[in-house]
Amino acid sequence: MYDGGKIITGLIIFIVFMTFPIWYNHGNAGNIPKPEKPQGVTQCVKDTAYMRSSHMVLINEWRDEVIRTGNRTKVTVQGKEYDKSLMLGCMKCHINKKKFCDECHLYTSVNPYCWDCHFLPKETI
Amino acid sequence: MRILYPFIAVLALVLIALVGANLPGGQALIGVVLPYVAFLIFLGGFVAKILGWAKSPVPFRIPTTCGQEKSLSWIPQNCIDNPSTRGGVVIRMILEIFLFRSLFRNTKTEIHDGPKLVYGSSKYLWLFGLLFHYCFLTIVIRHLRLFTTPVPFFVSVTEYLDGFFQVGLPVLYQTDIIFVLAITFLFLRRVIMPQVRYISLPADYFPLFLIMGIAITGILMRYFLRADIVSIKQLTMGLVTFSPSIKEGISSVFFIHLFLVCVLLAYFPFSKLMHLGGVFLSPTRNMTNNSRMVRHENPWNDPNIKPHSYAHYEDEFREFMVEAGLPVDKGLPPSADEDPAEK
Ligand code: HEC
Ligand code: HEC
Ligand code: HEC
Ligand code: HEM
Repeated sequence: MYDGGKIITGLIIFIVFMTFPIWYNHGNAGNIPKPEKPQGVTQCVKDTAYMRSSHMVLINEWRDEVIRTGNRTKVTVQGKEYDKSLMLGCMKCHINKKKFCDECHLYTSVNPYCWDCHFLPKETI
Repeated sequence: MRILYPFIAVLALVLIALVGANLPGGQALIGVVLPYVAFLIFLGGFVAKILGWAKSPVPFRIPTTCGQEKSLSWIPQNCIDNPSTRGGVVIRMILEIFLFRSLFRNTKTEIHDGPKLVYGSSKYLWLFGLLFHYCFLTIVIRHLRLFTTPVPFFVSVTEYLDGFFQVGLPVLYQTDIIFVLAITFLFLRRVIMPQVRYISLPADYFPLFLIMGIAITGILMRYFLRADIVSIKQLTMGLVTFSPSIKEGISSVFFIHLFLVCVLLAYFPFSKLMHLGGVFLSPTRNMTNNSRMVRHENPWNDPNIKPHSYAHYEDEFREFMVEAGLPVDKGLPPSADEDPAEK
């Protein structure tokens, strides 16, 4: 084999790269996120499966409706009205950002930039 | 036909995955068994292929020379395009692997009135090829968020930069758009340019369609159909920690995406995609051009056959050569029975 040493070294580097997730986690799959359920209410603004996968689509719709068309009609959940807003909507029920939103977001490496401007709920300030 | 068959093949793969994901047990097959099998085929096949290539002897220097060879001291050498030192080769390989230098020299050929044959520079293949590969790399790095906890720093940075313009929610990644544009170009190039279409085979179109399918399902999953990423990450983390489990309610589009990726991985070592490993082993790029400085011996030489120089050859056949009237370097020695008086 010509240049066998170099080729084998290259192959080993390749395998180390390709198996990065296996040795990086060394068998620890991490904590499965358990977002805290809000108290006193049982329903979200849409069904839970939709919220789990597509809540950002909904917030985006809200944002566009409020800011672009000025449509601030409230949403009604279980007889109570909520603003189409992060702080005055979602966070009215999901009062603890750390124990709710961040649970999932840290796990999946999502870092919404919304909080650059929008206030956080009190507990995190 | 050469375009249609690979297209139908990829469509069939999508359908298989779609049906499979909705059959009992199908999710475990596509989500757990297949990824392991495909990954093993990928790694094993890759290593076997490289070792196979490594075994072929390369006794002689065959670099493509694209500049002045090392010569007399007052003739400037092109150290990168005709390297005579290891350093030159390293720079040449780095430029080749990271910047596709040889594609930069791509030319187009046209016939003009006259008829006149004209060669011109053509950088589109280089540009879109480079964009395609770097987007692919970025996407793969970003995907590591599904396979690591805690997610390493370089992955978060890549995500941040890729979504820098903060368009929409979920944030639009620039690479997704560029990736689709680039692969569309690479496909159209094969269809539109007659010379390239003539030499394109199903083995060229199939990986294009397959990667297109992977990109489209991925983009659908992120921006349009939405899938439950938390459950998906539980599956992928299970895979890399060897304790796989599948949660309910992962949408079918994820299984199509994953199935196509598995097919790509398993197909990889047996296809032209092996240029990933091959580029490192290209003797036309990774060799120094030192044929004039170092004697490279042919390893197949029979040691019993000794070198035979011209001087020896002439010694052996001088008489016959003289007899046949052929010119010789050294004349015949005056022989004893020759009569000097005859002269
Ligand atoms: C009326 C109070 C209320 C409001 C307002 C509300 N939620 Fe919820 N949300 C809930 C409840 C209650 C649940 C749990 C539902 C269940 O367990 O089925 C929930 C569930 C969720 C889930 C799924 C969590 C899981 O464990 O799978 C997400 C994600 C979510 N909400 C996000 C949001 C976002 C984003 C907003 C703002 C657009 C919002 N919610 C507004 C009450 C609310
Ligand atoms: C540059 C600062 C900034 C950033 C970043 C930002 N917003 Fe806003 N947002 C505003 C302002 C200003 C308003 C207008 C408030 C009003 O008129 O009531 C607003 C309004 C909204 C509203 C409607 C009304 C309300 O009071 O909440 C929603 C919903 C919203 N933003 C969602 C988001 C989301 C989701 C993100 C992150 C993806 C985000 N915003 C990021 C500045 C920002
Ligand atoms: C069930 C887990 C979960 C919970 C709870 C959750 N999120 Fe998310 N969120 C996600 C995932 C996963 C994504 C990324 C989706 C993707 O990358 O396609 C995301 C994305 C987002 C995005 C888009 C960010 C981007 O950069 O693309 C916003 C905004 C967002 N979430 C807001 C919220 C807010 C506000 C809350 C709390 C009220 C919340 N989320 C709670 C899982 C969750
Ligand atoms: C050849 C390798 C792959 C390619 C080229 C590819 C391509 C893509 C693309 C272009 C997207 C669109 C969104 C984005 O860019 O992040 C995407 C999304 C996605 N891919 Fe892949 N993918 C590959 C492998 C995988 C694998 C192995 C998995 C998991 C097992 C996977 C799971 C996902 C998921 C869950 C999404 C949605 C991400 C989100 O919603 O944010 N992909 N893929």
